[in-house]
Amino acid sequence: MHSLLSNNVYLAAMDPVQKWTLGIAVLTFAFYIGIAIWAKAKSTGEFYIAGKGVPSVANGMATAADWMSAASFIGMAGIISFAGRDGARYLMGWTGGYVLLALLLAPYLRRFGKFTVPDFIGDRYYSNIARLVAVVCAIFVSFTYVCGQMQGVGIVFARFLKVDAEAGVLIGMGLVFFYAVMGGMKGITYTQVAQYCVLIFAFTVPAIFIAIQMTGNPIPQLGFGGEYKDSGMYLLDRLDGLSTELGFGNYTEGQKGTFDMFCITAALMLGTAGLPHVIVRFYTVKKVKAARTSAFWALLFIAILYTVAPAVAVFARSNLLDTVSNKPYAEMPSWFKNWEETDLIVFDDKNGDGIIQYTGRTDKNAAELPDLEMNELTVNRDIMVLANPEIAKLPNWVVGLVAAGGLAAALSTAAGLLLVISTAVAHDLVKKTIKPDLSEKKELLLARIAAGGAVVVAGYFGMNPPDYVAAVVAFAFGLAASSFFPAIILGIFWKRANLPGVVTGMVVGLLFTAGYIVYFKFLNKAAGEDEWWLGISPEGIGTFGMIINFVLAIGISLATKPPPPEVQHLVDRVRFPRKAFVDEENE
Amino acid sequence: MSETPSAAARARYWRKNLSWLGGLLSVWFIVSYGCGILFVDQLDKIRIPGTGFKLGFWFAQQGSIYVFLVLIAIYVLAMNRLDRELLGEEGDDA
Repeated sequence: MHSLLSNNVYLAAMDPVQKWTLGIAVLTFAFYIGIAIWAKAKSTGEFYIAGKGVPSVANGMATAADWMSAASFIGMAGIISFAGRDGARYLMGWTGGYVLLALLLAPYLRRFGKFTVPDFIGDRYYSNIARLVAVVCAIFVSFTYVCGQMQGVGIVFARFLKVDAEAGVLIGMGLVFFYAVMGGMKGITYTQVAQYCVLIFAFTVPAIFIAIQMTGNPIPQLGFGGEYKDSGMYLLDRLDGLSTELGFGNYTEGQKGTFDMFCITAALMLGTAGLPHVIVRFYTVKKVKAARTSAFWALLFIAILYTVAPAVAVFARSNLLDTVSNKPYAEMPSWFKNWEETDLIVFDDKNGDGIIQYTGRTDKNAAELPDLEMNELTVNRDIMVLANPEIAKLPNWVVGLVAAGGLAAALSTAAGLLLVISTAVAHDLVKKTIKPDLSEKKELLLARIAAGGAVVVAGYFGMNPPDYVAAVVAFAFGLAASSFFPAIILGIFWKRANLPGVVTGMVVGLLFTAGYIVYFKFLNKAAGEDEWWLGISPEGIGTFGMIINFVLAIGISLATKPPPPEVQHLVDRVRFPRKAFVDEENE
Repeated sequence: MSETPSAAARARYWRKNLSWLGGLLSVWFIVSYGCGILFVDQLDKIRIPGTGFKLGFWFAQQGSIYVFLVLIAIYVLAMNRLDRELLGEEGDDA
């Protein structure tokens, strides 16, 4: 009785937003668990690649949910709304990579037909050293990524349910543990389909509402090119005007150097194409044809969010400037106060007049400016998507829905990454390298234990986020671009590529990229942009690492012996449909 | 069951595959890196009629993504046709 009472008291103390969030979160979580029970994996084939039985539309949706992380859902539109046109590097970078995946990687790797990326590298370069290098890269890339997801879960819980971020991470861990460990790839795939539906609904519904409010056009993609209310002025022109007036610079113009934009976009694209948790999705479909089709579906489902995001960015930015700029602090709405509690909005009334001055003129030249022009407001860009519905005064259930969408995005990506880690440990490391006589039952058990262990480690980092979590995102993409991408491309398209060339390329490309990022992000944080080599930011250096990798791999391959004939035969098997070989095979 | 293709047919298949790749990836490059980054400022001088979009801005934040989708769709259709040419009508790539 006592606990029931205190629960009721707790419920009564919750505001309507919390109630809606809690309700929607519990409902979706129950749904995910139900799917996981239905789709329990029984063999290693089902655990690693869902028994190759996933239809391509479903695989496309699952790939989209796998790919769109907390960063895409919560972070990206916020980044764009602060970066303006330059935000396109994320939009193009994270979608353009799919063209490379669909055309250069997915069909061939599916035809190769084993479980993992290290499998391909190990077989194609006929060496366990190559396999190990690939395993280490896969585990490292996936871990840096998964910690960020767990942290995202913590943020959503802390803000919307007012529970500790730690408790939020624990709940998230429990849930992912349940369906990743039990269901494996099969369970994950079908939960991801559900999570895609939740997250895309949660992202587009508020965007449609706001598009109607601001422009009268229900399609956000068209709306943000439309006129603002009845002002007779285009929304983008109005935002340009507001931004320039406040010293932020024109929204629709670039601030970043062209060369750096080029390098960052390329690193994100090539990194996308080289990320193991994305590639492995194409192993799960029935046929090679389906691998190509599901790459199309995946990009279609991703594009829905990615073309709405820049519209959300414009709406959110306009709404924010309208709501806060030069308004009295005392009149700020409740969402402003709520986010202040989490320190993600900070107001510092420097001149004591009680009015919010929000300007892009930095403190560097503040001395020359009168007090009135100094910036008094800091807004964390990560809150833009979560706060957007409240800023636009949308109903409470929409706010709750967005929170559930953020959770779905974070959890689906975390699950996919955990699976890559567990496969890398159980299959690539133990079964293929250390103990080849491992029985399938033991391997499956080991994969489950590895997934469980990975959940715990990721949860720990989610609760105690090292301050470099944001910085390591640059790592994941840069490293994938500078290690996997060239090794796989050469493996398919150039028969002459051999072990010494490709392994040297991978190792040097990786060390170069990691070295550059570590130097500028950790060792010499004070170094400004003028110290960057050729003006390339650490986010973009993976492009150079990739070029170094290609040059070394090709040069050294040419200078050493060609790979053995059976490897050249393997390349043929990857290039052509299986039926093109019936005369030579006894199958 | 159709006949097993000859080595020459396979070579032709691979050549055609590579030329599709070359063509599609050129468009991919021109649209994203060309229109969205390298020549974005020049294109921004043009406005898409009836909207607030500058052309370069639109390519960078919207158009490139739509083109990516079309490119993959074309590739899927082209490869399905190539597979049929190589393996005959019921040719299916298991």
